[in-house]
Formats: sequence, structure tokens, C-alpha cells
Amino acid sequence: MSALVIAEHDNASIKGATLNTVSAAAACAGEVHVLVAGHNAGAAAAAAAQIAGVAKVIHADSQALAHGLAENVAAQVLAIASNYSHILFPATAGGKNVAPRVAAKLDVAQISDITKVESADTFERPIYAGNAVATVQSLDAIKLITVRTTGFDAAPASGGSAAVESAAAQADSGKSSYVGNEIAKNDRPELTAAKIIVSGGRALGSSEKFNEVMTPLADKLGAAIGASRAAVDAGYAANDLQVGQTGKIVAPQLYVACGISGAIQHLAGMKDSKVIVAINKDPEAPIFSVADFGLEADLFAAVPELTQAL
Amino acid sequence: MKILVPVKRVVDYNVKVRVKSDNSGVDIANVKMSMNPFDEIAVEEAVRLKEQGVASEVIAVSCGVTQCQETLRTAMAIGADRAILVETSEELQPLAVAKLLKALVDKEQPGLIILGKQAIDDDCNQTGQMLAALADLPQATFASKVEVAGAQAKVTREIDGGLETLAVQLPAVITTDLRLNEPRYVTLPNIMKAKKKPLESVKPEDLGVDVAPRIKTLKVQEPAKRSAGIKVPDVASLVDKLKNVAKVI
Repeated sequence: MSALVIAEHDNASIKGATLNTVSAAAACAGEVHVLVAGHNAGAAAAAAAQIAGVAKVIHADSQALAHGLAENVAAQVLAIASNYSHILFPATAGGKNVAPRVAAKLDVAQISDITKVESADTFERPIYAGNAVATVQSLDAIKLITVRTTGFDAAPASGGSAAVESAAAQADSGKSSYVGNEIAKNDRPELTAAKIIVSGGRALGSSEKFNEVMTPLADKLGAAIGASRAAVDAGYAANDLQVGQTGKIVAPQLYVACGISGAIQHLAGMKDSKVIVAINKDPEAPIFSVADFGLEADLFAAVPELTQAL
Repeated sequence: MKILVPVKRVVDYNVKVRVKSDNSGVDIANVKMSMNPFDEIAVEEAVRLKEQGVASEVIAVSCGVTQCQETLRTAMAIGADRAILVETSEELQPLAVAKLLKALVDKEQPGLIILGKQAIDDDCNQTGQMLAALADLPQATFASKVEVAGAQAKVTREIDGGLETLAVQLPAVITTDLRLNEPRYVTLPNIMKAKKKPLESVKPEDLGVDVAPRIKTLKVQEPAKRSAGIKVPDVASLVDKLKNVAKVI
């Protein structure tokens, strides 16, 4: 029995989510292989070979794989799928996009967002925005899985010395093409990999205030910035900052919620954080029921004061 | 061009579900059911494409129990022209739903299939991508903007860190993200009109699809409770706690 992990990468390096997925794979099967499908992705493949616990890296390289188009990446996975008992993707935007395509072609069910491996065919996964946890058993020969990265420790990024094997790239499907992207460039840590997250809610009132209040605190703490869905819907923060059931699931060492009331959909995205701080002027806000440290105060006074005090 | 819009009947997003005491599942008896919010966005997008003259007909589809008819009526009140219910009381998992939808795609030959990226009950995020694979169609998931021009659609997608734009050849599968649109309020005259629109009912057997579950739910439990901590009186004591008690900064 061996497991295949589909690496999340940007051709030059391996993304952190891959490391957590390798840990989940190691809990499923004896041997872990990693597929790096990209374009000019030799550096990413070399980095994957360094991950502790990886026995083999399969590197497929072509222009068609440059932007992770679901049709082409799925075809690449399918070309080697039959060698594996388990195929695991990180539950990132990229992994979620491709995994079900592979599952359907293999005629197997997909187990989404696992948070625990009980045995080779039995897994835990949250349902109803994390309000319930289901233990499920797959009846299919190949277990096709997406991994909630917060559920598993990251495998060490170095210490391994896996062989890198080249695989022939599959042909371009020709049915979809990449046009362009708009990726916000900043020096902040990625939301799902950050050790500290400061997150703002609707109480901030405008995107100017959001930036004015939250950015200095994030800078001071070297933190990533998150937002509640209410703040995103109101246009105060970009959509990719949304923490919650339908946004990012995070579990940093420290989560500072400022002016966030704590709807269940938001709690679903952050309640596994190690330490939660809530700053809110409403003493009844549900966020206080999960906060380790609650400060009942007006955020416009308390957050700048906190920034100053750090 | 026809647009097919699959919709799912789920526990309303405002309901806090409870785990049954025998751990066999969550208690959904007597709770409010609604259309999955992402599917509502999908119906709205399809109806807007019809209003723009891009689409000629919007067909809503739901798979599940008889009561899914209500969900389909809501879709028709938003503006779908007709509806198909694949009626079964069996538990339907995403792969089975994708196969049912594939059979309907073969029959109806839509130019676009628009569906929600994820249902808020099982949180799977699978059906759209699975349908695209089974029907051998290109996909554009997590869409925040859709522009149809001739034989292709340009779709802006929400990805980690920002946005990405893809061009997909039609027919294609699109799944919706939150920012794609804001669904309209359903008016009473439109609810009345929807009651007169055609709703066809078929069975999985009629479509030749085996819907047997491939994943067995062994138990469903409450998540580990996180207990509330303490309230601190001011910023200075908060900083002190973080530095000296929690030791996270």
C-alpha cells in the first residue's frame, strides 16, 4: 500500500499545505510518493524530495501544467492513480478544484476535508460548518482524500532524500486556458500558514478603517490579516482574507478577533486556534464563548493601544 | 443556449444543528430547510444570463426527496423556466448526484451548467467538478465573475491569495462563490407564477444510475467543546497574559 500526495507548489517552491498532507498520507499507508505537476518545476520537485518521509517524487513538466488547470492536472494524476491505495490533495483552492475530477474518473467517492486518520479506510471529517464531526468509512478500492491542513502537523521540510523520477506529461485538454491572475503581493505570511492572525469584522465600518486599524497591529505582530464574512461582504476586506466555513480554515498559535461577533460560520474557520483573543464592545458577542482572553472594549481605542503596547 | 442549474435542499444556514443522542447523524426533523445559498447564487446567475439574452432557457434540477419540489419552486420563482426532480429517498452522495446530473446533461444538452461550489450541510465541494469529469467538460470553479462570449466563457475564480481568470469552451461547468452576485428577493407574484411552471419528476432508475452510497457514516459526534476563557479588564493585562501566561508573543 502506498499513498500519493499531489503537491501544492508555485513551480519554484513547495507550499506549506503539502507538508501537512504528507503527514496525513503517512498515517494512511506505508510509503508516500509526491507528484509535482508543473512547468519548469524542477526546483519544486527537488524541494519535495527533501520532505522527511517521502520515498519518491514524480515530476511531470509541461506548458499545459503551468497554471494547474484542473483538466490537465487531473489527467496527470489519473495516469498513475492505479499504483496507489490512497491519493491525497491538500484542501486548498487548488486541491479542491482537481480532486473530485480525479475521483469521478476513477469512479470512487471522495472524502473531503479529513481532520483525522483512524485507519486505512476510516477518517474523521467535520460537517455542518464544524458543528458535527462524522467518522466515515470508504468502501472504494482507492481512497481519494482532501486533507484539512489544520488537522495534521507539517512534515519536516528537510531531512528526506527521495529519488525524483520524471513522468511523461499528458496532453493539454484544449478545453480550458489560463488568461491571467491578480494575486495580492505583500510580505505577510499566508493566512493558512501564519503563526499569528489578526482578524477584523464588520464593526470596523469601512475598508479605510479596516486598513488603518488592522494593518499596524499585523505589522507589529508579523501576522497575517483575516476577516469575517460580514467584513468581506461589506467590502472592507478582500475575499481571500475570509476566515470561516466557506473561506479559509485556520489554526494559528494566536488568533486576535477584532470587532467580530462570532457567527457559527466564522467560528468553524478558527476555533482550532491555540489561543484566541476577542476584542468586542458587545459583552454578549458569541466570540467570547470561545476566546481564551476577552477584552470588552471599543476596538477603535483598544486595537491601537494594543499595537502601541506590544 | 440552455443552462442547467442543479440545486440542493439543505438545513437553513441559520439553524444550529444538533447531533442525535445515538450518534447516528444530526437531527433534521422539524428544522427549517432552504435552498443551499451557493445554489441560489447559481440560479440568480443563470437567470441574469437569460435576461441578458445569452441563455434561452434555465432548467433547475434537484435530486432527493419529494420535498425538493419546494426548492425547485423557489428556483422557478427566481426565474428558472422549468424544473426536473430526480426523486429518491435514498441517501445521495456527491458521486451519485454527479452521475444523475450527467444523465440529464446528456438528455438536455445545456451550454452551461452552473451550480454552487459547496453545500452547507455535508461541506463536500465535489459535485460540480465530478459532473465536469463525467461529462468530459471543462470546469471553472469558485467563480466570482462570468462573461459568456460566443462559444466560450471567461470566468474569474477565487483562489488562494487572489483571483485567476480562465477561458473555458462551452459547454462547461461553473461553480459559484459568494461574490458572484447577490440573489434577488423572490416576490409574491413570482412565487404564484412559479407554481404554474412545469415540474417533471423522474427516478434514478429511469436514468439508469446506481446511487448506492460508497461512504459509510459510522458515527456523528459533537465536536470537542472549546471552553470560554477569562475576560481581561484592559489592554495592559491582555498583553501581560499573552506574554506571560499563554507565551504566544
